Amino acid sequence: MALVFFSYFALVSIVAGVLTVSMKHPVHCALALLALLLHVSGLFIMLNAEFLWAVQVIVYVGAILVLYLFVLMLLNLKTDERYFHAKTPYLLAPAVIGTVYLLVLMVRSPLSGVKGDVPATAILQQGDTYAVGIKMFSEYLLPFEIIGVFLTGAIVGAIVLAKTPKTLEGKRET
Amino acid sequence: MIPLSAYVALSAVLFATGLLGVLIRRNFIIVLMAVEIMLNAANINLVAFSYHLDSIAGQIVALFIIAIAAGEAAIGLAIIIVVFRGKISTNVDEMNLLKW
Repeated sequence: MALVFFSYFALVSIVAGVLTVSMKHPVHCALALLALLLHVSGLFIMLNAEFLWAVQVIVYVGAILVLYLFVLMLLNLKTDERYFHAKTPYLLAPAVIGTVYLLVLMVRSPLSGVKGDVPATAILQQGDTYAVGIKMFSEYLLPFEIIGVFLTGAIVGAIVLAKTPKTLEGKRET
Repeated sequence: MIPLSAYVALSAVLFATGLLGVLIRRNFIIVLMAVEIMLNAANINLVAFSYHLDSIAGQIVALFIIAIAAGEAAIGLAIIIVVFRGKISTNVDEMNLLKW
C-alpha cells in the first residue's frame, strides 16, 4: 500500500516538475507547480511529518503560489515565440548525463548515519506538531528568531522595491 | 517500507529538473518557479532523512527552508515588478541593468 502511494506521489511530482519547466504559458506552469507542491506534501504525510504537510499546503500553495499567480496576472505577460533559452540543446545532454550519474551514486550508496533521539513510534504517540514544537522552541530557538528577522527584512525590502519612486513621478509631470 | 534511496533518487530527479529549468527558461518568473522546485527537492531529502534516522532536526530545517522560500518569492517578484515597469519585459536575456 505504501509502495502504491509512494509511486503515485513520486511519478506525479516528477511529471508536474517537468511540465512546470517545459510548458509555454506561464499560468499553466504555475498550475503544474501547484500539482507538484501538493504531491510533495503527500510525501510528507508518508514520512510522518503532518505538521510539515500543513505548512506546505498553507504557506507554499496558499501563499507563495498565489503570490506567483497574482504577479503573473498583474503583469499580463505575452508568451514569446521562442520561450526556451537559445543554448538549450547544448545543456540538455549534460543535464541528463549528470542526473543519471547522480541517480546511480544515490541508489548505490549505503545512506546510513547516527540515529537521533526521536523515533517514529514517539512521533506517532505524541504527534508531529508536538515533537517539532518542543525541538523548535528549545534547541532551535535562535535560528527561529533569525528567521523572524529575515522575514521582516524581506517584507520591508519588497515594499521598498515595489513602491513607485516619487522623484520619477515629479519628472514625469514636468 | 519505502527505502531511503527511493526518496533520495526522487529528490535528485526533481532537483535536476529545477536546475535545468533555471538554465533553459527565458521568462524570469518561471526561473523563480524552477528555484521553488529545487527547494522542494531539498525538503523531500531532509524529511526523508529525518524519518529514517529518527531525528526531528531535518523537519525543522525544512520549515526554515519554507520560510526562506517565502522571503525569496516576495523579493524576487518585487524585483520583477520593478524591472517590468521600466522595460516591459521579463526576459532574463534582456535584463542587463547591473551590467557594467
